[in-house]
Amino acid sequence: MRPILRSLCLAAFLLLSGSAFAVEPNEQLADPALEARARSISTGLRCLVCQNETIDESNAGLAHDIRTLLRERLVAGDSDQQAVQAIVDRYGEFVLLQPRLHPATLVLWFGPFILLAVALGGGFVWMRHRSNATEVAPPLSQDDRVRLAALMQEHES
Amino acid sequence: MKRALYLLPVLLFLGLAGYFVLALQPGYDPHVLPSVMIDKEAPAFSLAGLSGDGISREGLKGKPFVVNFFASWCVPCREEHPLLMRLSEKEHIPLYGIAYKDRPEDSRRLLTQFGNPYRAVGIDNDGRAGLDFGVYGVPETYLVDGSGHIRKKFTGPMTAQQVQQELLPMLKDLGGS
Repeated sequence: MRPILRSLCLAAFLLLSGSAFAVEPNEQLADPALEARARSISTGLRCLVCQNETIDESNAGLAHDIRTLLRERLVAGDSDQQAVQAIVDRYGEFVLLQPRLHPATLVLWFGPFILLAVALGGGFVWMRHRSNATEVAPPLSQDDRVRLAALMQEHES
Repeated sequence: MKRALYLLPVLLFLGLAGYFVLALQPGYDPHVLPSVMIDKEAPAFSLAGLSGDGISREGLKGKPFVVNFFASWCVPCREEHPLLMRLSEKEHIPLYGIAYKDRPEDSRRLLTQFGNPYRAVGIDNDGRAGLDFGVYGVPETYLVDGSGHIRKKFTGPMTAQQVQQELLPMLKDLGGS
């Protein structure tokens, strides 16, 4: 095989191998529909020991335990919401990568928009203020004109 | 009005500085998660004993008790171990151990080597009891009251200060020790 083709193949394999291997084969459920639900839920749950990785991607032991618990709940007939709640009951809302909307998270959800509005409003007021302030300078007085002419002459000579 | 606007940066600075002062306090660890289990009923568990009797929630209920999750592979647990020994020998607190994801022979060796501070130890080989308690790293210590509700959780090795100022007074209030 030509070297370029070989490296392309290697690149393709590396791309495919990505993050798929954290969920171990023996954890997976036989029912593909349930397994798909478990996968989609677990991409939204934070692994607590390697914070900011999802339990779907993490190889940590705790992530494995939570994945197993999640699948157990799904097999037992829980809805997605109930299964997630079972995990939130143990670890708190911190496990949710997307925080829920309630009074304590209002600032988190809407703070950036409020800041943006304040910044835009402030900028707008400032611009208007500035455009009002740019008045045309008054024309030179007779004295000024004489001084200017004298200075120019001095410079040229 | 316009003058007041000039104070804004000063106020912002003071707010930020105040937050920094707070965050620099010794003992403030941003990685410690608030436990959602506080004041909730302890999860049911029933574990085989490491040597002798096992432990279960129903068996321990009725009097306040302290559960310590530990493992032989856990380095911070060794750091905490002398403190636990002191708690059990000097203060005689009702301290129970749960060997989290540890091989029984390893847990046993640890306790023979360094001493056993626990009244009884349960084996949680698959980490299921830990999962139900919301354990995310050993050691973790839970104070459970007589009605079986979790009143306090310590994540990581307890310090002598935490024991003196929090664990022992709380346990006393609950009528234990």
